[in-house]
Parts: sequence; C-alpha cells; structure tokens
Amino acid sequence: MAEFVMPSLGADMTAGVLAAWRVAVGDRVSQGDIIAEVETDKGLIEVEVFETGRVERLLVREGEKVPVGTVLAEIDTATVAVSEAVSAPVPASAPGLILSAGSSGVDLDGPVASPAVRRRAHELDVSLRGVQGSGEHGRVTLHDLEGVARSSAAPAIVGGRARISPYARRIALERGIDITELRGTGPAGAIQARDVLSAKSSVPEVGKPASPAERMQRAIAAAMTRANDEIPHYYVEHSIDMGSALAWLRETNASLNVTERLVSGVLVLRAVARALRKHKTLNAIWQDGKSVPSEEVHVGLAVSLRGGGLVAPALRNTDEGSLTDLMARMTDLVSRARSGALRSSEITSATITLTSLGERGVESVTPIIFPPQVAIVGCGATLERPWVVDGQVVPRPVMRVTLGGDHRVSNGHRGARFLSALDRLLQEPEKL
Amino acid sequence: MTSDEIRAILLKCLTDVAPDIADEEFAEDADLRDELDLDSMDILRWVQGIHKALGVEIPEEDYGKIASFEDAISYVAARV
Repeated sequence: MAEFVMPSLGADMTAGVLAAWRVAVGDRVSQGDIIAEVETDKGLIEVEVFETGRVERLLVREGEKVPVGTVLAEIDTATVAVSEAVSAPVPASAPGLILSAGSSGVDLDGPVASPAVRRRAHELDVSLRGVQGSGEHGRVTLHDLEGVARSSAAPAIVGGRARISPYARRIALERGIDITELRGTGPAGAIQARDVLSAKSSVPEVGKPASPAERMQRAIAAAMTRANDEIPHYYVEHSIDMGSALAWLRETNASLNVTERLVSGVLVLRAVARALRKHKTLNAIWQDGKSVPSEEVHVGLAVSLRGGGLVAPALRNTDEGSLTDLMARMTDLVSRARSGALRSSEITSATITLTSLGERGVESVTPIIFPPQVAIVGCGATLERPWVVDGQVVPRPVMRVTLGGDHRVSNGHRGARFLSALDRLLQEPEKL
Repeated sequence: MTSDEIRAILLKCLTDVAPDIADEEFAEDADLRDELDLDSMDILRWVQGIHKALGVEIPEEDYGKIASFEDAISYVAARV
C-alpha cells in the first residue's frame, strides 16, 4: 500500500488545501497521472501520483487544509508489488520478507526488522527506511531504533512526515505556525501542543484574511529569507554580444509560419540548459546537508504574474528536443502559470532557475537562489552598446547575464566558466 | 470590416493572451507593453491570435507599428 501525501510544493510550503479529487475510490492510476488539485500560495496546482495501482481510500475531503506530509489517499500497489515479488528471485542470503506491522502489504523496500521493532517504530513515529541495522543481515534492533529516536540530530520531520500530535498539528495550522521550524520536546523529538503554543505565529493576529496575492508574497518572502539565511551567495557577471543570436532569430522567424515563431528568450533558455550539461555542479539540489547534482536539466522559469506574485515552474529536460518544441512548451508553461494550472512536478522539479527582467528594460539583475537549488541565472535587457569588434567600436546588442551561486557547492571560478560557456553557445545559435 | 469590429476582435485576442486584463481600462494610444505589462511572448501570442482570427500576418519587423492598441487597429484595418 502506498501513501499519497500532501506534497511540499516549494521550500516555503507547510500546508495546502485539497481543492478537488480527480479520481474516485477504485480507480486505477498510473505514475504521472494527475489525481488531485491542491490550492497553495502559488495558486491551484495539479498533483501527480508517483505510484501505479488502485485508489483504495481517499482520506481528506475536498476543501480541507492539511499540513505537508499528511496522507491524502492510499494507493493499493499490492498487485504490482506481489507480481514483482513472485518474479524476482529471492537471494539465498536474504533473511526473508517481513510483513510490516499494521499493514497488509509486503514491505519490500524497508530494512529487516522484527514485528516488535516495527511496532515500536510505529509508536515513536520513526521511519525505518535508511536506518542502519546492527543485527544479523543488517537487521534493525530495538537498540538501533531507540538510538535513532534519541539522537539529537533526528529531525522532527521523518520521511516527509512530521512527528507531531494531531492536537498540536491543529493548533499549528490555526495559528499559521510552520511546524518544520519547530523543535519538539516530546518523546523522540515529537512536537507537542506546548511547543506550538510557545512558538511565534507568522500570521498577523489582527486584520482581515490575506488575499491570494498577499499569501503568495508571504511565501516568496519566506523562501527568499531562508535563501538569504542559509545560502552564502556569490555572483559573477558577464556581458554577452547577442548580435549573432538575434540575427539568426530574425532570419529564422522570417522563414517560419507565425505560429512557429521563436522569441529570443527561448534561445537563452536553451543555451543555459546546454551550458549546464558541462557544469553539473550548478545544476543540483541541496539535500540533507549536501549537494546532489542532477543528470537531467530542468530549468525553472521565473514567471511574474500580472496581479503580483512570482512562480518558477520547471521546463523538464530543457536541454533536449527542437527549439520549436521548447518554444511551444515554454508558451504553454507560462500561460498555465498565469492561469493557475501548474502541475506539482513542474513546481518541484526545477534544478536551477532562470529569471529575465530585460523585458522591463533593466540592465542587470542580482537574483536570489531559490532553495533547494544551488544556482540561479539572471538576464538583463539586450541593449545597443558600443562594442569592440576586430579593433573597431561598433554598436552591438549586448545582454548582461548574472550567475548567482551557492558557495557551499561551487566557487566563482565555476560560475565564470559557466558564463563563458553560455556566451560561446549564444554565438552559434544554429546549433541550439 | 469596420474599425469597431476590428477593435472587438483585437481586444478578444488580447484578453485570450492575458485574461486578467479583461476588466481593465487602458490607454489605447499608450505602449501596450508598458500599459498592460506584456512581454515579447505575450505580443507573439497576440500576433498569432490576430493571424488566426483575421488572416493578417504581422512580420517581426512590423512589431513597432503595432506598439499601441490604436496603432494595431490601423495596421490591421489597412490589411484585412
């Protein structure tokens, strides 16, 4: 049985409203299907499921606001899991499959542990996944479990779910308190009502409820505050001659049907993605105290909303496919971002962000990294500038690009090499 | 086709691109990018919408001639 939980659609999100179910109990679902809509500070997001199976139970009613990590539905993946278990040969050294306590499913992924240990883990609300067992064949013992639970390093959030009592959870929600920021004083660091009561609320106590635009701005502020608090930023800047790219674009667009025309932003987007192929350090996610580079390039595109607000959904595999295809995907993404119909994977999968403020005429931008990413690229306007070409001063369209990097992960040298690579790519637009 | 009919179609194409401007009043002689906070992708989608609705193709080098809503009406009226 798999649990479908309220996803964290951004570092700043602590709760979401289950706006609508797109499935009913008994429906078959496949990985990637949109099965729910969630209302967040970023607007209405379509949420995809990560498992294939059958919807067993829907646990949260439409309109209900629940914290991130709350189980929204149970997906019965047993048919799939059992057929895999039958076809997969069991290694001779394997101590056998263990039935997890309180579950009818077979836990094929978790470590080996006795029913008593599993029961205790359940009581302590500690996930056994990732626990190194000291017993025979890596079996997790009660001693191992108590060690994990006692460990002061143990976060209050385990496996995406907070150790918090239902009462404390309710008070936190009512008071707008971010439970991920709390240190629990209960058993195994569990958050209790008194921890919530002593925490300061992030919601003003007086005044009318915040508008969607205000809530979004608050969410942006939370993410940017965290970025400024946690990420030691560095910046490198570079001016890129866009003459070749724009000339190629004019020529190409003149021969294209109006429905297939490209904008210069798509060239920059593609060039950024291609440059990242060779500079993977910048294309990464900060996770559990270290940087995890991504093999795939999913550039998040900062899209400003006309009513105020900002979202940065990802264009998956930005480095692949034709420019025409990327243009179509970018147009679709921007228009859905503005109409509030983004998907959960688009909200959570960006491996870097690109922000372009050139349209508004500013020369450059010094952007703040969007956690948990480790770099951001900012583009200013492409402006006619005196430029030296072959010893002559000539007017050229020049764009100022800034790379903001995370010093925990990379240094200015890496950022400079990335910007040089970006420059080279934009000099040969026909290869993009 | 009258100027008012063209105006209505161009406005419909514009609100298709930016639904949030539907109830907004804007100066028809002002630069659309500034007035309605449109970017180059919005303008392209508007141009595509006009092409679909009226069959008028606006090449990139003529974007300067449709900078304001008023300009765009005149431009399209001359070609429809």
